[in-house]
Amino acid sequence: MHIQIRKFYYGDIPEENTGGATPINHSTEQGWPLWEVFIRSKQGLDHKHVGSLHAADAAMAIENARDVYTRRQEGVSIWVVESKFVHASDPADAESLYEPAADKIYRHPTFYDLPDAVKHM
Amino acid sequence: MELYDLEKKFQEKIEKEIKIEPRDWMPDAYRKTNLRQISQHAHSEIVGMLPEGNWISRAPSLKRKAILIAKVQDEAGHGLYLYSAAETLGTSREQMIDDLHSGKAKYSSIFNYPTLTWADMGAVGWLVDGAAILNQVMLCRTSYGPYARAMVRICKEESFHQRQGFESLLVMSQGTEAQRAMCQDAINRWWWPSLMMFGPKDSESTNSDQSMKWKIKRKTNDELRQQFVDMIAEQIKLLGMTLPDPDLRWNEERKHYDFGEINWTEFWNVVKGNGPCNKQRLEARNKAHEEGAWVRAAALAYAEKKRVRTTAKVA
Repeated sequence: MHIQIRKFYYGDIPEENTGGATPINHSTEQGWPLWEVFIRSKQGLDHKHVGSLHAADAAMAIENARDVYTRRQEGVSIWVVESKFVHASDPADAESLYEPAADKIYRHPTFYDLPDAVKHM
Repeated sequence: MELYDLEKKFQEKIEKEIKIEPRDWMPDAYRKTNLRQISQHAHSEIVGMLPEGNWISRAPSLKRKAILIAKVQDEAGHGLYLYSAAETLGTSREQMIDDLHSGKAKYSSIFNYPTLTWADMGAVGWLVDGAAILNQVMLCRTSYGPYARAMVRICKEESFHQRQGFESLLVMSQGTEAQRAMCQDAINRWWWPSLMMFGPKDSESTNSDQSMKWKIKRKTNDELRQQFVDMIAEQIKLLGMTLPDPDLRWNEERKHYDFGEINWTEFWNVVKGNGPCNKQRLEARNKAHEEGAWVRAAALAYAEKKRVRTTAKVA
């Protein structure tokens, strides 16, 4: 039996350039601002940072976040914040900021030795 | 601190499996390597939508059409996660898109092959996504934090891509003789390009050594390729099809499959821009970008108008 398979050679994208495209100078085009996205995965939990995206305004940022970050029921609520408004600590200060906590083990309940007889503590 | 000390501290962090975050100090070459790899990866997701988008309107059933649309939408999402990760290294989205459109930036060569029949949708899911997943699972543990986090998200979504592909071929492999032939034909055409996805042999790969030392990559091209061959050589038995390689056989001593030599001339030709669809893909991307320019400008103008109105009301 002779089986013929029909192949769509180069049929992917129309060859002809339809539509009135005008060449633009991309590098001067003003881009949309960057937004940070926070998602609450279910009622009762904190919003958590999940990533970022570009959008013209807050409403579009929320719409885009819904499409990009919640396609599989990952969330029930979305926050967006324009990235330029996020202030962060300097990684170079990490030592002075966070290391002092390392030697204060008395701040943890496990520091205290209690007899086994003590219940409910 | 001297540069030498910074580099030493950086490497110590890598050895201790501490992730590198955007504002941490990093060697320029580390930044550049990550930027190149992440942006190429993002471009691949975006261009990867084209060969599959080709079949959305011709899917054989509503079920298959819905699956294909979901898969293509995932790929757009994966592109966006990755562009965001790349932006944390200090480049702009516009710059990356420009580099893709001008042909300066590369994307995975696999997408320069045409999707000729419906069976190609199955073969692309099973083989191409299957190969991509091996690479991506490894990258979930890459040393640059934003890249690793993007990959975790992507891997969660990607496994459906491979499974739907195999299932689609499985249905075809149990169909009519013509369907079986179409299935085998698609496998024949996609097998070798899929093996090429892992890149040049370790002995010839220029980027591998340093990337391993910085734990950007954790397995070599050849290791991943062998893992892929071992996996597919077993799975194909369930389809009752064959892989187009007369040298493919189990090696009891190595406990791996041996396989034939890849056509490296073809590989380099496609990388250099002479594959069957390189030109078309770039044209399609450029066309979409140019035709969307007014939409992007209008959205910005609208946002600005709303901002001015709100400010006026407050005042």
